[in-house]
Amino acid sequence: MILRAEGLRKLYGEFCALDGVTLGVDAGEFVSIVGPNGAGKSTLINILTGVTRPSAGTVLFKGREVSGAGPARLARLGMARSFQLVQVFPDLTVEETLQAAVVARLGRATRLFSSLASDREVRAGALEVAELFGLADKRHVPARQLPQGDKKLLDVASAFALKPEIILLDEPTSGVSTADKTAIMDTLVAASKLIGLRAIVQVEHDMDIVFAYSHRIVALHQGKVLADAPPATILADRRVMDTIIGRDTARPRAPAC
Amino acid sequence: MRTGLAVALGALAIAAAPLVASTYHALLMLPFMAYAIVLLGLNLLFGYTGLVSFGHALFIGLGAYTGAFLTTHAGIRSLEVILISAAAVGALVAMPVAALCVRYVKIYFGMLTLAFGMVFYTFVLKFYRLTGGDEGTPFLRPSLLGRSLDAMPKIDYLVGPYYYYSLVVLGLAALGMWRIVHSPFGLCLKTIRDNPVKAETLGIGVTRHRFYAFVISAIYAAVGGALLGPPTGNVDPTLAYWTHSGNIVFMTLLGGFTSFFGPVVGAFVFIYLQNWVMSIVPYWRLIFGAMLAVIVIAAPDGLVGLVTRRRPALAGRA
Repeated sequence: MILRAEGLRKLYGEFCALDGVTLGVDAGEFVSIVGPNGAGKSTLINILTGVTRPSAGTVLFKGREVSGAGPARLARLGMARSFQLVQVFPDLTVEETLQAAVVARLGRATRLFSSLASDREVRAGALEVAELFGLADKRHVPARQLPQGDKKLLDVASAFALKPEIILLDEPTSGVSTADKTAIMDTLVAASKLIGLRAIVQVEHDMDIVFAYSHRIVALHQGKVLADAPPATILADRRVMDTIIGRDTARPRAPAC
Repeated sequence: MRTGLAVALGALAIAAAPLVASTYHALLMLPFMAYAIVLLGLNLLFGYTGLVSFGHALFIGLGAYTGAFLTTHAGIRSLEVILISAAAVGALVAMPVAALCVRYVKIYFGMLTLAFGMVFYTFVLKFYRLTGGDEGTPFLRPSLLGRSLDAMPKIDYLVGPYYYYSLVVLGLAALGMWRIVHSPFGLCLKTIRDNPVKAETLGIGVTRHRFYAFVISAIYAAVGGALLGPPTGNVDPTLAYWTHSGNIVFMTLLGGFTSFFGPVVGAFVFIYLQNWVMSIVPYWRLIFGAMLAVIVIAAPDGLVGLVTRRRPALAGRA
């Protein structure tokens, strides 16, 4: 098992965002985390990626305790992530963005006097990812000038440029037109095979995407795991389906655990 | 290519200045070259890392006082030793200051650097025995490359050997900084400037990079500060005063912090303009204040930005 979270709990004052979540991700898996707004998906992904420290519980990455380790350390250990709200470096070109990721992966981020322009390994690594994501012809364009779909792609591509073992994607297709969603997902899956990615975890709202690509679905509701099963099982469970696609008739969640 | 040509022409013009310009103007080039070094360092922090320091006069003062102390109290006159010592003292003091400051960003970072600057200013003002208080400390004429030039008339020394020595130091400083900003480290600084959250998720140590950038900028400020001493022959606390920190931020904005040589141009224009305006009206700060307002509003990329703006598809921030 690459990633394992046990008994995760997160309190914000009296508010309980996560209440004893346990889940695991095996090598070769594509796991989707779903649930209505406020179910705790973003909190969970922020804890898994080391941004937020859990109030209780542990996160094990490759058998190592990493809760609250911070994203930089986790990135170096082999975990990458992308964001729900697209995160790019506005003034850097596509090429520079990907080069920065490759530089970080190769452990060259503190090289003061070596020339970036003559570092063939960095340039080739960045170009390889740019081509994989269809961004090669836009490599000299600053990120702020890219259309929204390409920004999203660049955000994901820079995570891939780290050649991680696992990648956590927070709504990889949000803010992207329906037509582009499948293209992004296909690119992503194809790229993951090429770079030897061992597992993908995504938070996603679009159920078509979730059911088309996932091996397993973890449904969260009110900070708890409602279901953790393959797509077919989830589809067959009326109660879970009603909850995750927002037909939940339950009353608003209680404020405390 | 164009940058290369402009730099070659600029270097040639500076080298020719003592031969073609009046002594008065050639002498003005000395603080320009010293400030150019300071600003190359400051802009690593400002333009490339996105941190605006209002306390870098601390390091200018530190470099200048190191030189003054060595020549006056320690009997060391070699400028090579003075510059290396200034760099070392600058780095040593910068380390704890940076460790505290780089945990903060934006106005908090600026205010913290200002606070450290004020602490140092008070120190040099009050520790009379060591610093000479408000009278300052003499900066005796340094020897260059092991040659004592005490016999030479002061003006000849300053517009002759000292001038070209400063030019070489500036050249080396610019070359070093050019390498730094075009290195993997320099790229990582730009990612931190643009989006520290994203940089962190790529595995780039944001605090560590800011720390290094701060220390490097302090070394540059200390070296530039040490070069400011010999032309006046005296080092006083105004060098470390907070308005001096403001002046160098102004020079950077004036020239343009988005380009490599922008701050150098800013230093040049600032020094000559200041001298010119001061010779006409006593209220030069009024004129400069108005100018700063115009630049921020009309030319946020500074004077260099005005020139390069029309160039199509500008390849990022050089």
